[in-house]
Amino acid sequence: MVMRRWLAMVSFLMLVLSVAPPVRAETPTPLPPPPGTVTDDQVNAVAKKLYCPVCENIPLDTCGTKACEEWRELIRRKLAEGWTEEQILEYFVERYGERVLAQPRPKGVHTLVYVLPPVFIVAGVFILWRTLKTWRTLKGEAEPEAPAVAAQDLPEDPYLRQLEEELRNRL
Amino acid sequence: MAENPSVPQQTTPSRRRFSWGAWLILGGVLVLLAVLGIGVIRVQRGIQVGDPIPPELTLHTFDGKTYRLGDLKGRVVLINFWASWCVPCEEEAPYLQQAWEHFQGREDVIFLGLAWTDTDDKARAYLKRFGITYPNGPDLGTRWAQVFRIRGVPETYVLDREGRLAYIKIGPFENAQEIIEAIYQVLGEG
Repeated sequence: MVMRRWLAMVSFLMLVLSVAPPVRAETPTPLPPPPGTVTDDQVNAVAKKLYCPVCENIPLDTCGTKACEEWRELIRRKLAEGWTEEQILEYFVERYGERVLAQPRPKGVHTLVYVLPPVFIVAGVFILWRTLKTWRTLKGEAEPEAPAVAAQDLPEDPYLRQLEEELRNRL
Repeated sequence: MAENPSVPQQTTPSRRRFSWGAWLILGGVLVLLAVLGIGVIRVQRGIQVGDPIPPELTLHTFDGKTYRLGDLKGRVVLINFWASWCVPCEEEAPYLQQAWEHFQGREDVIFLGLAWTDTDDKARAYLKRFGITYPNGPDLGTRWAQVFRIRGVPETYVLDREGRLAYIKIGPFENAQEIIEAIYQVLGEG
């Protein structure tokens, strides 16, 4: 009788476990913050990476024009919808072109921005090294040359020859 | 005949001074300067009447239609750059709509509006506010603005039937008649 009761309980438990939904050790996906909770700092963190074509040389986070205000508002809305910074920047590039980015991406012509400065530095160092090397070589060649030429010009007379040599040594 | 031993020593330094490396660097710098110079000249020259406009330019309107310039050959195309935050654009918006209504019966005239650096909801609200019915859409990637090298809004360009630039207006139109006359002039009916 006891055995039957145990069997019934075990069967019931197995049935419940098989029907119950599995429990997962997952962290819940954070919900996007409701509108109004995005701070100005969060907006400006994205905005400072953008430049509005209307106002040249002024980053979006500090620009006071109406166009830039609307762009910042757009960033605020996108952040409130849960967009990441990268997604927002991508959206702005798609809508307004690559030129809105404060830091151009290394793609196409913009690659030159990253490639040319190191190339110029390397070329400059190379030119400097070559120039110094040339100067050193010229100096090295010039030094032994002088006495060789002078030796041809030495007078035949032993007295004068000795005099010339001593004068040269004094100089 | 005694050879002068100093002759080869004199030529060596000059040969080193103009080595292949120096020529390569000099050539590279000259090419770079030429490219930059051409770019500066093009930007300063801007776009001029008679210049052909790339036919691949495409407008995707706010209501989901697509207009490719190449497909509009044979028609006079008015292209207006505007923005919802632009006060002079608001002044000329009713005149553009009046001019568009004037040419409604004609198949050989079309107006295209391009919202420049604008947000979609503000641009749509602007179009609704002024009751604008001709095709309008965002200047995606500012591709149109770069071709026309616009410096602000409003700016208006009219293309002839061959797709060449025929008329430029920087700043707002003062009345609808000014727009209508410009179109007739390009149509050759002025």
